[in-house]
Amino acid sequence: MSEAFTKAMARNIFYGGSLFFLLLFLALTFDTEGALPDRDNRQAITEKVAMGKRLWEVNNCIGCHTLLGEGAYFAPELGNAYKRLGGKAGIIGFIKSRPKDGIPGRRSMPQFNFTDEELDAIAEFLKYTSEINTANWPPNIQG
Amino acid sequence: MQYQSQAVAKLYFTAAIGLFAGQILFGLILGLQYVVGDFLFPAIPFNVARMVHTNLLIVWILFGFMGAAYYLVPEEAERELHSPGLAVLMFWVFLVAGALTILGYLLVPYSGLAQMTGNDLLPTMGREFLEQPTITKIGIVIVALAFLYNIGMTILSGRKTVVNLVLLIGLTGLAVLFLFAFYNPDNLVKDKFYWWWVVHLWVEGVWELILGSILAFVLIKTTGVDREVIEKWLYVIIAMTLITGIIGTGHHYYWIGTPEYWQWWGSVFSALEPIPFFMMTVFAFNMVNRRRRNHPNKAAVLWALGTAVMAFLGAGVWGFLHTLAPVNYYTHGSQITAAHGHMAFYGAYAMIVLTIISYAMPMMRGRKAANSNRSQVLEMWSFWLMTVSMVFITLFLTGAGILQVYLQRYSDNPLPFMVVQEKIALFYWLREVTGLVFLIGLVLYIASFFVGSKDPEVAVEQAASPTA
Repeated sequence: MSEAFTKAMARNIFYGGSLFFLLLFLALTFDTEGALPDRDNRQAITEKVAMGKRLWEVNNCIGCHTLLGEGAYFAPELGNAYKRLGGKAGIIGFIKSRPKDGIPGRRSMPQFNFTDEELDAIAEFLKYTSEINTANWPPNIQG
Repeated sequence: MQYQSQAVAKLYFTAAIGLFAGQILFGLILGLQYVVGDFLFPAIPFNVARMVHTNLLIVWILFGFMGAAYYLVPEEAERELHSPGLAVLMFWVFLVAGALTILGYLLVPYSGLAQMTGNDLLPTMGREFLEQPTITKIGIVIVALAFLYNIGMTILSGRKTVVNLVLLIGLTGLAVLFLFAFYNPDNLVKDKFYWWWVVHLWVEGVWELILGSILAFVLIKTTGVDREVIEKWLYVIIAMTLITGIIGTGHHYYWIGTPEYWQWWGSVFSALEPIPFFMMTVFAFNMVNRRRRNHPNKAAVLWALGTAVMAFLGAGVWGFLHTLAPVNYYTHGSQITAAHGHMAFYGAYAMIVLTIISYAMPMMRGRKAANSNRSQVLEMWSFWLMTVSMVFITLFLTGAGILQVYLQRYSDNPLPFMVVQEKIALFYWLREVTGLVFLIGLVLYIASFFVGSKDPEVAVEQAASPTA
């Protein structure tokens, strides 16, 4: 780099630039918080949905699945599972029917032995998730 | 080694290498589970192995960063570490907490672990990369604070260099941003939005400052180029990192319920994110070309150049590949993401830790500046085996990803996820075989610490020719 461009100038670009874009990021965050109520389906968050989210977390579902495209890529996307599996009944039926010892040679979801109330909560959580406005993602029902 | 207290870094580096080996073993288990679906089922299901794989990665990189700081901060500050005892104590706290957490993942069903550790009191578990029990997270905060105190006191009362200052800013940012791991609202969109403040602002933000400062330190030491020149480069690189990377967070806000203007902000700024990585490559090669000395530790110089190139390829090129919103609409959450993640983490963060280990470890083990020729040759073999196999792992995952995106999302008749997975199994097999080559590289790497340790050190350097 040329001699005319000094270390002090480089330092000022670092501090000034970082601060400016940090503030811009915070401003965009503030604006996002204001826009979220129209998109994030928060009116649908009931105690049941919150319970479902907790179950989703403490069973580490994200360790195999994606949810809105984030997570592991070992098992199908679940942000639209409510639509793909045919509603709550489809979701509950699938989770319940997983064999305890897996399927020889193939990937299989573990059997979690959920109670009926827990199954209902998970299905409610996935229903709530499927109604978040995701700018039309995923591209099709296959996720 | 100029200061006694730098030696605490040896503990941290040793642990880092051990955990790295664990990470790779679990990576091979995961790779096999991709094609032999019931491998180790139900004893170690995929999600458990993945948690171990990614958490070991994070922990060993953190060990590496802390070891790097304990090694280079005293030398830069020209004084002993504020408290070597605290550094040793925190090492054992972190190692035991980490080991217990990993054992918890492996031995107890995850929901049982959540219950045992009181997740209900402050639920933070079960989110990608932040799977640690809440008490482990609190432990991480305590270790980080003690570490920052120790490093900060050393820097404040010693010589202040740009390398130390940038490292301190990076490490402080790392600790502060981790606090968002404790925010876990019921609202999934807000959960995801702030989750990225930990994950993205770590790896595409403050971690790059840590990377830059470690690289600058090693280049100052091995090339003998004037510190003023290197520090100017460092400032420009990290300026570009934060100028592009902070708003670049927007490339995670396309499809998670956030406003659609993020597609513009994210696309434009993250398209610029390769710039600091490219500058880092130019910087590293420039400094080595303008070197005033031929450092006898050739392996360390190789790692330093390697990390600059691989970080640019993995984070820069493979990141750009799928960062524009219209492209990401199809690639989001596919094997393309996995391909990028592997090369970016290896190139930027695994390799920078291996760089500082390569530079510092010989001196901490009693050498004047470098290992014997035999040891260095073996280490350089391991460099090439691991690096080339990581390139191929990335290429195979990219191949899998392109097919996956086409068959599942792009073609006229989209196929179900599992049908597509079976169609692309060939690429997963090739990835797994390449992973075995990586393991061989890792074994050679570890062996390089023992081979030729009685041989004489590589001859003392001669000055580089003035034309170089």
